[in-house]
Amino acid sequence: MSFVAHLINGVSLGSVYALIALGYTMVYGIAKMLNFAHGDVIMIGGYVVFVTVSGMGMNPLAAIIISMAVCTVLGVTIERVAYRPLRGASPLAVLITAIGVSYLLQNIALLVFGSDTKAFTNVVTMPNLELFEGQLIIKSVTIVTVIVSIIIMVGLTLFVKRTKIGRAMTAVSEDKGAAQLMGINVNGTIAVTFAIGSSLAAIAGVLLCSAYPSLTPYTGSMPGIKAFVAAVFGGIGSIPGAFIGGILLGVIENLSKAYISSQLSDAIVFSILIIVLLVKPTGLLGRKIQEKV
Amino acid sequence: MKKKMLSLVLAGAMTAVLMTGCGSGNGSADSGSTADGAATETETTEAGETEAADGAADTENAESADDAQAAGGEGGTLKIGGIGPLTGSAAVYGIATMNGSQIAVDEINAAGGINGMTVELNFQDDECDAEKSVNAYNTLKDWGVQVIDGCVTSACSIAVADKTAQDNIFQLTPSGSAVDCVANPNSFRVCFSDPNQGAASAQYIGEHSLATKVAVIYDSSDVYSSGIYEKFAGEAANQSFEIVATGAFTADNKTDFSVQLQQAKDAGADLVFLPIYYNEAALILTQASSMGFDVKFFGCDGLDGILGVENFDATLAEGVMLLTPFAADATDDLTVSFVTTYNEKFGETPNQFAADGYDAIYTIKAAAEKANITADMSNEDICNALQTAMTEITVDGLTGAGITWDASGEPTKDPKAVVIKDGVYTAM
Amino acid sequence: MKAKAGKLSKTTKNDLITYGMVILTYIVVQILVSSGHVSSLIQGLLVPFCTYVIVAIALNLTVGILGELSLGHAGFMCVGAFASAVFSLAFKNTMPGGLRFFLALLIGAAAAAAVGFLVGIPVLRLRGDYLAIVTLAFGEIIKNIINALYLGVDSKGLHFTMKDALSLNMEEDGLMLIKGAQGVTGTPNDSNFTIGVVLILVTLFIVLNFIHSRTGRAVMSIRDNRIAAESVGINVTKYKLIAFTVSASLAGVAGVLYAHNLSTLNALPKNFGYNMSILILVFVVLGGIGNIRGSIIAAVLLTLLPEVLRGLSDYRMLIYAVVLIVMMIFNWSPNAVFFRKRLKQRLGIGGRKKEEA
Repeated sequence: MSFVAHLINGVSLGSVYALIALGYTMVYGIAKMLNFAHGDVIMIGGYVVFVTVSGMGMNPLAAIIISMAVCTVLGVTIERVAYRPLRGASPLAVLITAIGVSYLLQNIALLVFGSDTKAFTNVVTMPNLELFEGQLIIKSVTIVTVIVSIIIMVGLTLFVKRTKIGRAMTAVSEDKGAAQLMGINVNGTIAVTFAIGSSLAAIAGVLLCSAYPSLTPYTGSMPGIKAFVAAVFGGIGSIPGAFIGGILLGVIENLSKAYISSQLSDAIVFSILIIVLLVKPTGLLGRKIQEKV
Repeated sequence: MKKKMLSLVLAGAMTAVLMTGCGSGNGSADSGSTADGAATETETTEAGETEAADGAADTENAESADDAQAAGGEGGTLKIGGIGPLTGSAAVYGIATMNGSQIAVDEINAAGGINGMTVELNFQDDECDAEKSVNAYNTLKDWGVQVIDGCVTSACSIAVADKTAQDNIFQLTPSGSAVDCVANPNSFRVCFSDPNQGAASAQYIGEHSLATKVAVIYDSSDVYSSGIYEKFAGEAANQSFEIVATGAFTADNKTDFSVQLQQAKDAGADLVFLPIYYNEAALILTQASSMGFDVKFFGCDGLDGILGVENFDATLAEGVMLLTPFAADATDDLTVSFVTTYNEKFGETPNQFAADGYDAIYTIKAAAEKANITADMSNEDICNALQTAMTEITVDGLTGAGITWDASGEPTKDPKAVVIKDGVYTAM
Repeated sequence: MKAKAGKLSKTTKNDLITYGMVILTYIVVQILVSSGHVSSLIQGLLVPFCTYVIVAIALNLTVGILGELSLGHAGFMCVGAFASAVFSLAFKNTMPGGLRFFLALLIGAAAAAAVGFLVGIPVLRLRGDYLAIVTLAFGEIIKNIINALYLGVDSKGLHFTMKDALSLNMEEDGLMLIKGAQGVTGTPNDSNFTIGVVLILVTLFIVLNFIHSRTGRAVMSIRDNRIAAESVGINVTKYKLIAFTVSASLAGVAGVLYAHNLSTLNALPKNFGYNMSILILVFVVLGGIGNIRGSIIAAVLLTLLPEVLRGLSDYRMLIYAVVLIVMMIFNWSPNAVFFRKRLKQRLGIGGRKKEEA
């Protein structure tokens, strides 16, 4: 029974990773850049909901929509100001700039909201699911997170495959220059990608903070890194891969904490990641890219 | 070619900064408030060069040079330097200590200072990194610091203690709890040491028969937490209870505690010992409640502050026991006035770090008065005098009444055991 | 033949400028220190400068010369730091300082090289972002393991456990070397600025000679076109592994310097986590990928920056972040590069570029 409980807790943790990883993979897949600031956009999203719900007493649903709007604007602004000037420069330069943006967001939050921990109000108010006379409890926020992740995953896949702008995104990710020649607005497409990625970050922020209700300016950074690992695990750029990678990472993390060592669980998770990448160098669902001379 | 030019320009900029860095020592002699005391940077190389001479004079014999210029009280200025994390994930502790210390400084100055000296506090950020802590210390040295109030965290305290011992500057750490923080004769502390708390907790649980099966959840990557855990586990062997489950977590892995709680639940623990800080404890309490794990919790001073977490559901903390030297809900005059002032100034309820910072300043005051410290004494004389005075004073502070020190640097004070009842601390 | 000789002498000249810059800075700083013109802050920063310069050069070997992104160099630094600190602590009272530091240096470098080699064998098969994430993972694994490691020595020899201090079962006379998360305390303060500068020069000598050697050229050919390099018979794995191991071992040297500058050593996310790896990468990228001299200057500037910003108190790290972003855009943006070129043309080649700085 305790194994099942650990497994369910793992899925619960993993679903949050999956949700964050979807945003990561979206931006990486199209813009080909590691947006290290993604975790911090999540944190900002969390704060917006905190302020509107706990501070102004707003309806949680309205707060989430406001939060999505704020994060979308933030994401697009970051892209415009910090990343677009570097289009065409070395990918490493963009990576470092993303880190600078991450520091910037953390320190803005530190100044605006202070360093003390805020307890987040769980926006998922449904009762928990109790099985076997309360021996096994599935938290409602877990159920919601899994469902939301699946909806987003399916939605994104359809969006990228079926809509015009989605196909423009695929084109941009394959070859920016060629896409431009075909009349695609490359900058616009990437801006849309960031808008979608950032609004996903807002949703992830709300559910992350609902599941683990503590909010500080550094809340987003470690889950961000873990989700990035999850995205790589599943094959970065692949939308279903991010979901599967996230869930697997959470489950592995919890099982290794439970059955091997709680101190070394990070080392174990990362070791498994390395082994997976060595066997399948582009992640679980990643595509193999043919190299040419 | 382009690269070379760029490197030249950068090298030039570097030299300029190096030179201005020299002048930074005297930029702040008259700034009274907390953290803006440090360098007022000059932009141009020329200004830096002209200032360099004064700056050097500052470093060589800081006290006399600075005190001549200082616009303090009649007795001059006593320069206290604080060090702690003001940014980064440990910022909450450093900022609380800084605020608590600042309140004490303001009170003392309003009441006429120490021996007629105005107290000036300059609190520098160390980002909770030992190397940055030494940088912060050196910045304070350039400012002409006479007494160190720091560091807030253990590892930083140890690193800085090494330097203060070399320079003969008196150091009082408000909250550096590791054993090695006070290894040198010139370093003292306000808080309990880790072993002290670990053993005291185990004894308390054993003597009061609070539990027979105890689970521990601790932060194995944290000096404070692992230090307490070790001694707790060691002392537990002599007590009537047994440790049935031990769950560790790390700084990188501190959002999900379901596994540790599940293990404690499966092992049938009737009490969970939490030698951790309140941020994580708040999460643990929430998660334990949502998984239907109804158990007693017992913590150390790090748990203090849990009721102050904004928006935290205090009913979850109902029945939590903790050994803490400070309780923000205490009704004695000192605590009430401190909590009120803190609330007015910073809009928060102070935690134990703020109280430690406050007590640290008053301890320095008591020792300085005992030793008749004057602003024109050299750091070495101040250090020697304070070192002796520390063992002779008794301080009634927020974190304990009648605190005394021995030459080892450890305070003697009794931890208060409190239980959270109806959302407030109640003595046990 | 003649052209070749001319070209060689140009690279030699370039290298000499780099050496000269380091030596000149050293002399100037020493003069300023002895005449009392340097603040305590800067004096305290001298050894950290050296540490970060060395590790930046080391990472530049991987990123700039080998052309692979490593986010795990803080891990190698960590290995070097802990290996050497444990050695120095164990022989604190039984060995003279100079010899002890020299041996600690060798041990730190060797330990980091060994780990770098072991990590390199599987990892270097991967490329690009996947390599980056795997090196990041290795860095985190190293940090995590060291945080759970307890090591002590007593009359019965070495004790070692991954559980907690009690399970070490030490004798009374025992000396704890690594106390888990509490790390190593009491490392002798053996490093100083002179040693640091000597180590920078040694690092420069190793790296610059490596670049100009046959091996270095092979490595760069792999960077520029792996498949072409393979087709002319270059053993890709071997050369990649050589460069990576050298780079790891130099990062270990930086770790030794770090460990012997502070009396306490902890493997925190802050100093040996991915944050530090990224910071080192910032030095390299800001200084110019593959540009050794740039790395040196960027490492010094970026270590200094947060310290000189202390006057801004609360806004310090905020401004640091803004400066970082602006510098990146200024240095790397295609538009900015174009703008600089135009500006230079207008001012003439000999013109100083003060306006830009």
